[in-house]
Amino acid sequence: MGQTMIEKIIAHNIGVESVKPGDIVTTKVDRVMLDDIMIPFIVDKFHEMGFTKVWDPDKVVLIYDHLVPASQQDDTRHYRVGDAFVKEYGLTHVHRSDGICHQLMTEAGYVKPGDVVFGTDSHTTTYGCVGAFSTGIGYTEMAAILGTGNLWVKVPETIRVEIEGTLPEGVMSKDIILRLIGDLGADGATYRALEFAGSTVDNMTVASRMTMANMAIEAGAKCAMFTPDEKTAEYCGIQLDDIQKGLKGDEDAGYFRTMRYQAEDFEPVMACPSQVDKIRRASELEGIPIDQVFIGSCTNGRLEDLQAAAKVLAGKRVAPFVKLIVTPASRKVYEEALACGTLQILAKAGAIITHPGCGLCCGRTGGILCDGERVVATNNRNFLGRMGTSQVEIYLASPATAAACAVAGKITANS
Amino acid sequence: MEQFTGRVWRLGDDIDTDIIIPTEYLALKTIEEMKQYGFLPLRPELAAQIRSGDMIVAGKNFGCGSSREQAPEVIKALGIRCVIAKSFARIFFRNAINNGLLLIEQPDLYDDVKEGDTITVHVNQAVDYRERQYPITSLPENLVEIIRAGGLVKAMRRRNGLA
Repeated sequence: MGQTMIEKIIAHNIGVESVKPGDIVTTKVDRVMLDDIMIPFIVDKFHEMGFTKVWDPDKVVLIYDHLVPASQQDDTRHYRVGDAFVKEYGLTHVHRSDGICHQLMTEAGYVKPGDVVFGTDSHTTTYGCVGAFSTGIGYTEMAAILGTGNLWVKVPETIRVEIEGTLPEGVMSKDIILRLIGDLGADGATYRALEFAGSTVDNMTVASRMTMANMAIEAGAKCAMFTPDEKTAEYCGIQLDDIQKGLKGDEDAGYFRTMRYQAEDFEPVMACPSQVDKIRRASELEGIPIDQVFIGSCTNGRLEDLQAAAKVLAGKRVAPFVKLIVTPASRKVYEEALACGTLQILAKAGAIITHPGCGLCCGRTGGILCDGERVVATNNRNFLGRMGTSQVEIYLASPATAAACAVAGKITANS
Repeated sequence: MEQFTGRVWRLGDDIDTDIIIPTEYLALKTIEEMKQYGFLPLRPELAAQIRSGDMIVAGKNFGCGSSREQAPEVIKALGIRCVIAKSFARIFFRNAINNGLLLIEQPDLYDDVKEGDTITVHVNQAVDYRERQYPITSLPENLVEIIRAGGLVKAMRRRNGLA
């Protein structure tokens, strides 16, 4: 019998011919990502466990993103604890103000197809966009990896998602993943891998795949797999080796379930307050007044996202009572968007452009809302209280839809 | 076999980690400081009312959302003896086990139980509630080993030759 993509990656990692769902195996970790919120807890656990050295400092990446720049007095403690750990254990891959961890892990070349990667943030599923097995873990397990280089995993069953055809104008990969989460439910892929295939996915940019892999966790998935191709190789700055070229799901693999979609059937959708799987057509929500729009995050803060927004906003003005906050996912995205004139278009339309980072997505800084306010946002979660108080309504949408809403001052599907 | 009895707090489906402990309190220095904000967005009164030995009974997908390990730590620090839910999100599940917070999957209890009532848990066997027994399954062996060691930190300390 053939194998799914995740089965191939895990089997190769542990050095066996094949694995099957349910097997509990110990992986050799290729890379780990530590973020600024969790670093003090990781360091405490690492010391409490009695480790005196990091297994392989070159495989460790520390990224300050949620707390940069500081918005509360205590935030700077996280930098001090992190920097002391970096110095003591000889870490070299440290980013202090370069952008969001998940953007940097792929953009700066830390993750390659076939790698096994863990991070202390649930959206670590993002690196499936380049064909890596990556998933989020807690700080105690991260501390154990830092000491041992290993982590046990249960081989997941795989849900295959096949999408064929061409997306309609104004529909983005965000609309695909939102609808899929709606169809699966917020726990529909729990403990399982998602594996994407089909011509629509093949024709997507790595950035668009990243949006989908990023949100896989919102259906509970352990990981989201995209077969590495020439675009992946170019993005990662590598030549694919034979193992990497073989990272695709076999036709006769044992899938838990296969879901099939036609790209032409997708349309702009939104996740309504306050559940990620409460998906409605944007056209059904037409006219609901809004106070703010957020375009950014590890889900949708890349150059193509800002360009999609700029295309809608060119020559127009944001509605006078709406605050449009644009947060590039990384310094590189910021510089590229500046160089190609995208930021100028957004600024001219009335956008507030912020420093790269997590920004408003984690609700600590950069435009939190108050009781009774409503926001259309391009990030990944609309949980109660995520962007201010529990009386804030968060609608999740694509950058194109979000930009259209900013101009209209209300929800609209017409980008 | 171990058994214990306690009072029930009944929560819903999809209780996410932002509800269990909102992001704005994650940079507090200790779990002790954090725990007063547990469940704040959904049930602001809850953290002050939970007594040691109480249990949470919830619907599906408990602990969904972020990887924040503060979530199971806050629940444990509040004194919750175990969480019984229809299902758990996977990162939360691992984090809870690694911190020695007992999680029990049970499909029917949530639909029947009333908040404030008392239940008795017979570990790896069943939950007793109002004359009825709700069967539960045992955990995989590798997880039992972590719990038996007293959590992942203690397992690693033993590995490193510390008591």
